[in-house]
Order: sequence, then C-alpha cells, then structure tokens
Amino acid sequence: MNDHNYTPDSKLGKWFNDRLPLLTLSKHLTDYPTPKNLNYWWTFGGILTFCLITQIVTGLILAMHYVAHADLAFSSVEHIMRNVNYGWLIRYVHANGASMFFLAVYIHIFRSLYYGSYKNPREVIWIIGMIIYILMMAAAFMGYVLPWGQMSFWGATVITNLFSAIPLVGDSITTWLWGGYAVDNPTLTRFFSLHYLIPFLILGLVILHIWALHVPGNNNPIGIDLKKPSKDTVPFHPYIVIKDLFALLIFLIIFAFFVFYSPNILGHADNYIEANPMVTPAHIVPEWYLLPFYAILRSIPDKLLGVIAMFAAIFVLIILPWLDTSKVRSAVFRPLYKQFYWFLILDVLVLGYVGAMPAEGTYLLIARVATAYYFIHFLIILPILGKKEKTLEVPISITDPIFAGSSNPAMTKKYQDKI
Amino acid sequence: MKKLLKISSILFLFFNTNLYSAEQTKDLLKPGWSFKGFFGKFDRSSLQRGYQVYTEVCAACHSLTYLSYRNLSEKGGPEFSEEQVKIMASQFILLDGPNNDGEMFERPARPSDKFVSPYPNKQAATAANGGAYPPDMSVLVKARKGGADYIYSVLMGYDEAPSGYELDDGVYYNTYMPGNKIKMSKPLMDDLVEYSDGTSATEDQMAKDVVTFLAWAAEPHLEARHKMGFRAIVYLIIITLLVYFSMKKLWSRIETEV
Amino acid sequence: MAEEKKTKRRDFIFTASYTLGAVGVGAAVWPLIDQMNPDASVKALASTEVDISSLQPGQSITVLWRGKPVFIKRRTEEEILEARKVDFKELPDPEKDEDRAKNPEWLVMLGMCTHLGCVPLADKGEYGGWFCPCHGSHYDTSGRIRKGPAPTNLEIPKYEFVNTNIIKIG
Repeated sequence: MNDHNYTPDSKLGKWFNDRLPLLTLSKHLTDYPTPKNLNYWWTFGGILTFCLITQIVTGLILAMHYVAHADLAFSSVEHIMRNVNYGWLIRYVHANGASMFFLAVYIHIFRSLYYGSYKNPREVIWIIGMIIYILMMAAAFMGYVLPWGQMSFWGATVITNLFSAIPLVGDSITTWLWGGYAVDNPTLTRFFSLHYLIPFLILGLVILHIWALHVPGNNNPIGIDLKKPSKDTVPFHPYIVIKDLFALLIFLIIFAFFVFYSPNILGHADNYIEANPMVTPAHIVPEWYLLPFYAILRSIPDKLLGVIAMFAAIFVLIILPWLDTSKVRSAVFRPLYKQFYWFLILDVLVLGYVGAMPAEGTYLLIARVATAYYFIHFLIILPILGKKEKTLEVPISITDPIFAGSSNPAMTKKYQDKI
Repeated sequence: MKKLLKISSILFLFFNTNLYSAEQTKDLLKPGWSFKGFFGKFDRSSLQRGYQVYTEVCAACHSLTYLSYRNLSEKGGPEFSEEQVKIMASQFILLDGPNNDGEMFERPARPSDKFVSPYPNKQAATAANGGAYPPDMSVLVKARKGGADYIYSVLMGYDEAPSGYELDDGVYYNTYMPGNKIKMSKPLMDDLVEYSDGTSATEDQMAKDVVTFLAWAAEPHLEARHKMGFRAIVYLIIITLLVYFSMKKLWSRIETEV
Repeated sequence: MAEEKKTKRRDFIFTASYTLGAVGVGAAVWPLIDQMNPDASVKALASTEVDISSLQPGQSITVLWRGKPVFIKRRTEEEILEARKVDFKELPDPEKDEDRAKNPEWLVMLGMCTHLGCVPLADKGEYGGWFCPCHGSHYDTSGRIRKGPAPTNLEIPKYEFVNTNIIKIG
C-alpha cells in the first residue's frame, strides 16, 4: 500500500477524495502490483467473489417468495419452481451455486496448501479464510434445511444433535438450538434468519481477507518475496482482471451445465419429499462438500470424541501456519512435501467417498485409517518435514531464473519446466 | 500427469455423489425418454395420454397437489387448448368457501384451481389405503432415485413372488421396489383406458405415458430450461473465446517486454 | 501499416467482448427483475362471482377482487336521476353515467381513490356519493370525481351479469 499519495486529476475528484478517499482505493486496486507468473489456480479468488455475490443476489430474490414456516416452506419452494417468473432458474442457480462455491473454495484452499500461501507473512489471510470457510459450512447447512424436505429435516436433526455430545449442558444446548424438543417450526425460522445473516458476515470477512492480502501482496507459484512494483509484477487491471474473467467464464460453463442439464444431480432425491418427523430416510448423507468431515465424525465410535475429532479437523487447518515449519513456501521446491500433498488430497477424497457410504465393515475401517492419516499429516508429518526436508534451490526473481547460489543451467531448465 | 490426477480427482468428487446408496438390487428398466438430453422435449401426445391415465387410474388414490389445471394448457406441457382445460377442470368438484353466510359450498373447478385431491387430508388417504399413504405425485419423479426409470420400472415390475417368499395381505411383490414389497396393487393392465387418439393402450404404453406426464408434472419448465441452457452455453463459449483472445492480446505486451 | 492493422484487430476484439458482455449481463439480469412481476398463479386468478340478490335499493356491498375492493351499489331512483341530470361535459373527468352503469340500477367500480389508492367512504361527501378521507376527494353518485385532488373517476372493472342475481367481475 505505497500509493497513499495519489491525487486525482479533476478538481471535483480531488474535493471528494480529500473527504472520502474512494478514488485512492480504486487507484490502489487497479494498480495493485501482482506477480506476473500467477497460474490459473490463482483465479479462484475472483471466482469465489463472484460465487458469493451470486448467492447473495439469488438468495435475496428467493427470500421474496419463500415462506419460512414448517407448513408452508416446502410448498413455497414448489411455488417458486412452478409459478414465479424464472423462479426455477433462480432456485437452481442458488442450489447449485452452493456446490460450485464449495468446489471453488476447495480448489482455493488446496492451492494455498500447495504453494504455501498460508505461511509467514500471510497467516492472518489464512485464518480469516478459514473463518469464512466455517461460516460457509454453517450457511450451507442452514440453507439446506430451508426447503423442509426429508434430508433438510433429518440433516438438521443429526447436525444439531452433535451438540448434545457436550457433557452436562449438551441437552440444554440442543433444546435451545431447536426452540423446542425436536427440530420444528421455531428451528426453521431461526435457521432462515441466520442463513440470511451469514452471507453478509462472509462479505465483511472477504473484504478483510482481501485487505490482509494487499498488505504483503500475493504469493506466487515459486513462493518467493517480490519487489513491488518491479518487472516481476503487472498491474492488477487489466492483466489479472482479464485473466480472472477468462477463468470465471470457463467456470460459468461448468456451472451452466449443472443448472440447465442436471440441476438435481448434486442434491438428494429424498429432499423432494416433504419433511416427516416420523420417518427417517434409509441413508442420511450431507451434501458432498461436507462428506469428509462426516466421515471423520462417524469413524470414531464415541459420540463426544467423534464430534471433537470433526471440529479438530477444522481446527488443525487454522493453526496450520505454525504446524508447517518449512522456510520454503512453494511445493515446487519441496520434493517430499509434494508427495505428501498429493497423498493428503487422496486421503480427503477417500474420506469423502466413505462419508457417502454406510458406516460399517470395510468402509468404517478405511474411514478410520484415512482419519488417522489426516491428523498425522498435519500434526506429525508437516512439523518434522519442514525441519528435515532437503529443498531445491529457490530463484531470487521470477523473470531471471537466477538462483541464490551458483546459476546452474540444469536447474534452470528444470525450474522452467515446472512453471 | 499431475493435471490429469487433479482433474480426475475433481470429477471423482462430483460423481461419488452417485454412489450414495448401493443397495439397489436390480438394474432399472430404461425405456429411453424423449425429455432426456440437451434438446430433450416432452412428447405432447404422450403427455396428453399420460394425463388421461393419471385421471382415470392414479387419481383415485394419488394427489397432484402442486399442479393447477391451467398448467395443462401452458407451454411446454400437454398443451391442451384453454377451452379444453376449462371443460376438463369443470369435471372436478371442489369445496370452496366460506360464502357470505359462512358456509362451505361445492363448485366445479376452474383452470386456476389446484388439482382436486382424492382425499381431504393425509390421514384420510392413509386410512383408506391400509395404512400406506399414497404419495403425492407432484414431484414424485424427482423424489425417487432413478427418477422416471424408477417409476416406470415399478409400474412394470409386478411379478409372482418367488416360492417361499411370504407376503401379508394387501402387500404385493415388485421386482424394483426396494425390499420388493409394495402396498399398491398392480395398477395398469392392457386396455384399462381407451385412448382417444387411437393409440393401443398396452400396459407398457400406459406406463410410458403416465411416467412422461409425471416427469412433466415434477419439472414443468424442463423444456424452457433446456432451451435456455443451450443458448446460455453457446453464448458463454463465444464470449469465452473473445475474452481469451483479448487476454492474449493484452498479455502479449508483457511477454514481449521481457 | 502492419502495426496499424494489428491495432485495429485488437480494438475489434475488445469492442466485441465489451458489447457481447453487456448483452450477456443484460440477459442475465432480466430474470432477476422479471421475478418481481405477478407470477403465473396470480395472473391466472379467476374472476369473482358475486350474489347480489339480497341487495335493496340504496344498499351496497364491497367485495375483494384481485386484492382490491370492488363497490357494488344498487342505486335508488333519485341517485340515478342525480347522476344523469348533471352536464357531464363540465365535470373534471367528463364521462356519461350511461357509459358507467350499463344497467342504471347497478354501479360496479373499483373502490380505490384515483388519487393515491385509499378506499373512499360510501354515502359521504358533498355530492352524495363517495368521499375519500385521505386527501378529501368527493365523488358523485356515479363515482365521478367532482372535487378534490383525484384526477379521474373511480375505475369501472370488466364485469357482466351472469343472470339477474349474479355478477361476474373480471
């Protein structure tokens, strides 16, 4: 943020800017020096902003037609689907938008894991990001309850019952959450209220997330600190804007395929059956994006410990900047970490898969091994690896592939292949 | 290779949702539907016949609560004429009111009315059907895994129970029903209805027609969705290409500079 | 020369992108606006049938049609006479009573003041018809504006006599 002394050209602009420096802000945002070697994995920040705005806009509209009442919620959703002009389109965008949002956020998180974007000096960006992620899960869960289908109702029952695992006060807390003795109308109306609130909290945190990003500037694929602005950087506008836009459009094509050609594939058929407190569906499964956590929860045969493990799985992510002891950021220069990284991805996918399967027999065994590995990766492998791993030589600039030590043509070649 | 792994892992994430439940014992019948695919549309005459099967057979027990008679003349549906729909609606009597004297009264349905349900409430429907509630059919196709194929399979799946298989009274054997037990007796048989368009009313034909009708009932804007989707995706591909070339142009400044 | 050509092509691509982008944004925004228009179930709302057999001359009832009050008044001989003897050309919104009430005995009109939509009170005001308490508009026995801020006469909806006892509005 070294552009505080910007002065607008016009007199009016100057008058306004002296009172509210919006023009300084916009100048900062357009000129913001960005590493020129960012790859497409870096476009997901922009995509996520788009997702958030789409969810807020479509959500506002749905709230104009939706009725938050246990007797009317399901039929009001059908009313939206059948009668409201373009109601089907808006609802399908919102419902699939949630999945697309999570798809993008997972890519964004795993990009950060690969290139070490969470490390010093970007720990605060990472922690704000994790809070956003937790709020997203809360918003998604409560949003899923609103259509008041079978999965809504039983998902709400199962998730709120997690809190009953808390010793002593657990039952009081669940009763308090429900506003009754089971999930019912009071639960639905408060979930609606909170579902409406959370996106705006997320929006506020996103602004902080970007602000915190603009202090040290972007990380980049080779993870080195850059002089800014320099020939290693480009102004955010138009270079990064258009690149983000291009990636967003590709993302939108995939989004459109879901919305227009298989809008219900990511949902569950049972949610088109109105909630019935007397019949539980054969399989209760959360939406796909929560499956890994669900698998961790079920892999532990004790109620309280299972809940603790599930929350711990998120918590280890928050303290990740201090678990990873490596001085080198990017996995490009960490041959061993790279192996473990792909193994972690595999592990999370396996967790997601067994989360969708019945919790019995082999699936349960796999879930336990995968859960164990998940924690071992963060709590044991990362701290040790950072100290022991022999990293490759890191260049000192993006443009000139010169290494801190001697310039080694073989290494240069290898490095160029990598980016 | 790494890229491939990444892409395949993303795809895997998506498609593992299809693996939610693996207990389906027998593969569903797949007769092939005109409304599947990118340009999928409903077969109008099949929808009209399906409406006939629904009213003459299913409607005795199954409601269609979220549909209105006017939907029958709307675009993308069976597309009966408005005059036909007026006459069709007026054949159903519903309870309206209260009038100025505070009394409920009966009147013929109008196109703007919701489909008249066979029972006044869920409890009555359950009691009249031996304790099994005949599910509302408005979104039935979306509410069952397998969708149209599943409903069709159940309709065609009635069979003699294997020897030694015990069935209580009022319970029937069905190949495709989970657990193989169903409380609905075989609903369709050849020539149960007489199609006005001269189509031969075989059991298979009726099943296809009524499932098509129910698929439309569950997703009345399906045709509009497919049409808009095609336009949206063509548009997106064109603008993506334009933006791609714009991006190349812009970035060429940077790349030549170095 | 070649350089110039290049610039032109670049300009073309940028312009095309902007234009097509604007079209796309417009197309995407339209559903977000149109969703606030009356939905299919509202548009399809049928006409209302009203039983008027119990009304005596001088009495009126108010019924709800499309969420708006409709006045149905059975007028007395004097009221009809009063409405018809006025020289309609001198009224603020000139209209013949014969055009407003096809069957002179029955006056059917929307009970919404044409000023800002309040419901006028019956048998009040200086002209023996209706009076809007919100901003003081006076209507005569034909529902025509005579005094006050309202610009036009009370609106006559589409209606028909199904038989002598039933009026169908809409």
